[in-house]
Amino acid sequence: MTAGKSFNRRRFITTTAVASAATLGAPYIRTAHAAGSLSVGFWDHWVPGANDTLTKLCNEWAAKEKVDIKIDYITSQGSKLQLTAVAEAQAKSGHDIIQLASWDAPNNAKNLVPVDDIMKAAIAKNGEAPPVVDYLGKVDGHWVAVPGTNGSQVKVPCGRIDLLQKYAGLDVVKMYPGQGGKPDTAMQDQWTWETFLSVAEKCFKGGNPFGLGLGQTTDSVDWVGALFHAFGADLVDAKGNIVVKSDATKQVLEYAQRLVKVLPPDVFAWDDASNNKYLISGQGSLIMNPPSAWAVAKRDNIKVAEQCWTFPAPKGAKGRFAPGLPYFWGIWKWSKNVSAAKSLLTYLSQRSSVEQMVAASGGYDIPGFSGLRDFKTWAETAPPVGTVFNYPPRADQIVSMAGTPAPVRIAQQIYTQATMTKMIAKCTQGGESIDKAIAWAASECEGFMRT
Amino acid sequence: MAETMSGAVAPQTRRPMTMKRFVRRRSTIAFFMALPLILLIALLVVYPAFFSMYLATLNKSMERFVGLGNFEFLFKRDTFWMVVKQSCIFAVSAVFFKALIGFVLAHFVHTIPAKGQRKWRGMLLVPWVIPPAMSTLGWFWLFDPTYSAFNWIFVRIGIDPVNWLGEPFWARFSVILVNIWYGAPFFLIMYLAALKSVPDQLFEAASIDGANWWQKIWYITLPMMRNIISITVLFSLIVTFANFDIVRILTSGGPVDQTHVFATWAFNLGIQGNDIPLGASVSLFMFPILGIAAIFILRGVNKRGNEA
Repeated sequence: MTAGKSFNRRRFITTTAVASAATLGAPYIRTAHAAGSLSVGFWDHWVPGANDTLTKLCNEWAAKEKVDIKIDYITSQGSKLQLTAVAEAQAKSGHDIIQLASWDAPNNAKNLVPVDDIMKAAIAKNGEAPPVVDYLGKVDGHWVAVPGTNGSQVKVPCGRIDLLQKYAGLDVVKMYPGQGGKPDTAMQDQWTWETFLSVAEKCFKGGNPFGLGLGQTTDSVDWVGALFHAFGADLVDAKGNIVVKSDATKQVLEYAQRLVKVLPPDVFAWDDASNNKYLISGQGSLIMNPPSAWAVAKRDNIKVAEQCWTFPAPKGAKGRFAPGLPYFWGIWKWSKNVSAAKSLLTYLSQRSSVEQMVAASGGYDIPGFSGLRDFKTWAETAPPVGTVFNYPPRADQIVSMAGTPAPVRIAQQIYTQATMTKMIAKCTQGGESIDKAIAWAASECEGFMRT
Repeated sequence: MAETMSGAVAPQTRRPMTMKRFVRRRSTIAFFMALPLILLIALLVVYPAFFSMYLATLNKSMERFVGLGNFEFLFKRDTFWMVVKQSCIFAVSAVFFKALIGFVLAHFVHTIPAKGQRKWRGMLLVPWVIPPAMSTLGWFWLFDPTYSAFNWIFVRIGIDPVNWLGEPFWARFSVILVNIWYGAPFFLIMYLAALKSVPDQLFEAASIDGANWWQKIWYITLPMMRNIISITVLFSLIVTFANFDIVRILTSGGPVDQTHVFATWAFNLGIQGNDIPLGASVSLFMFPILGIAAIFILRGVNKRGNEA
């Protein structure tokens, strides 16, 4: 520091007075970020490039609305997305908008700004939200979060055209063709869980079994949930009554006992990556998964990718259920810029924005509105052309989540504790009787009732 | 004690404690130097611990005080007692084998001439140096349900493949094995340091008296290492009881919850199941038990220290 020009008291007062006068007297200029700032925590997409499109959309909106936007992409690996939401809910601070994985939307209802206004406008333009989105996104008749396009998925069968034809004579392309093709409705009617088992047996004998996990992670829980729903086997009903001790539950477990015999013996230890690897390696003839497995096969094993075809799940006595896993965008109550947050979510829920997100994800993302299931991405994605045309649930498919129709606080426990896959494990690998597995599940459900 | 010129003992006079003298006292300086660490511990350990205790007294929606209601609920659940049993099996067997392997390895390394010893010490410490989340991923690939490297070798030498992570017995074996692999080097280095501090003269005297190898270990090495063994076992027991990453990465608690330990089950209930108070109760269950064990072990260490 130089001693020549000392900053004495008189000089300090003069400088401060001049600076204050200049600040107060200056005319208001609308700057690039006049509408304040917005901080967003989005899920970090698996598909390379999908985040870039979302960033581009957000930046376009921010430039138009003069908002300074900051986006963090949070991975779901190691439950980081969920941990972030929990931490922010505890600290009552963090992002303005946070992406919430399925159950976290209703769980955080008391911390979220109601978004009935956004949803009313979005439903009017994009069609109704499917029942599962309604079940998770609405609490006490009010929307607490907006269905997020990025990350929302269904886990329908992705089978090998060649292997299913070779071992079981099942022409999946004929049954569920791509755009412009005439679906074989007779075949679709016969596409039941019994047919599924018969095809699984043939593929097992042929040396390329179905790859269906029975572990405790979401991929396993989701497809088993759809199986239970198809048989009408609920553990807890919508009123919160334990109804697991039913004929339907016995039937589904008897079915599972037959199915497990033709699955790889290690399925009880599978995680969410195991089924993907099983298909991509060329070993598996069918898995139940979003098209991420196909996308990786396209990169790593093109010969497998060229034979992959995604199509609806089989139907059971109660219908054809597609295992769904919707994501949501919520606005924290402590957000300092709720109006900007609502404006962004409205923008991202527009058809053009949703279509860009779906295209960027290669068709992986499933929009949370029934009127947005006709994008050309699903028709054009290749190889083979139309491989994911039947991925978005249409026609007779009911998107469901394991654990429903129980009230959310109970259904979430059934889901996260993987009660249904454990029931199957108990009466197959564990060697217990079906009655004992059901009694165990009933006792577990009693524990899930706590408030 | 001050003595006067005449030899009479003068009454002890206490000089008044001035601020200047207080600040210059060695204990005060030591306290202030340790203060940043004390504050850090208070912030990162004490506060979360008390907050966790507070959380454990709330109901599921965290709106009502329920006292010990969460523990009462847990005690009625079969899965909870299964997790208690598994955690004990996991921690006790892992610590036993870590200590045993560490002890044996420390003796081997101790007998290596000083020149080559550093190289061996470095190599044997590698498992402990690699971040456990990363090394466990390596183990996961070795145990992979479908593409296990171990099974690949087994099949080639005519042994049936093992369902490492899918069968409850093998899944428990696998998580314990990885914990032993990761933790044994810690025991090795601690025991090696203890071995080096045992005076050679004791062994020489025992040899002259005709003591064999086992008698030297039993009557010299073990008594001399008792304190370090107690402390390392206690420390490792606490850390192993609280283990999370190995089980989480390898099995996520499966199959059918049969590898869950306190931390993984607490995470499953608290974070994934949105029942934070119940998760906090599970994670706190071992706190009093380990606390009492720590008091007894450390009291023994203190006693032996005073005798010495």
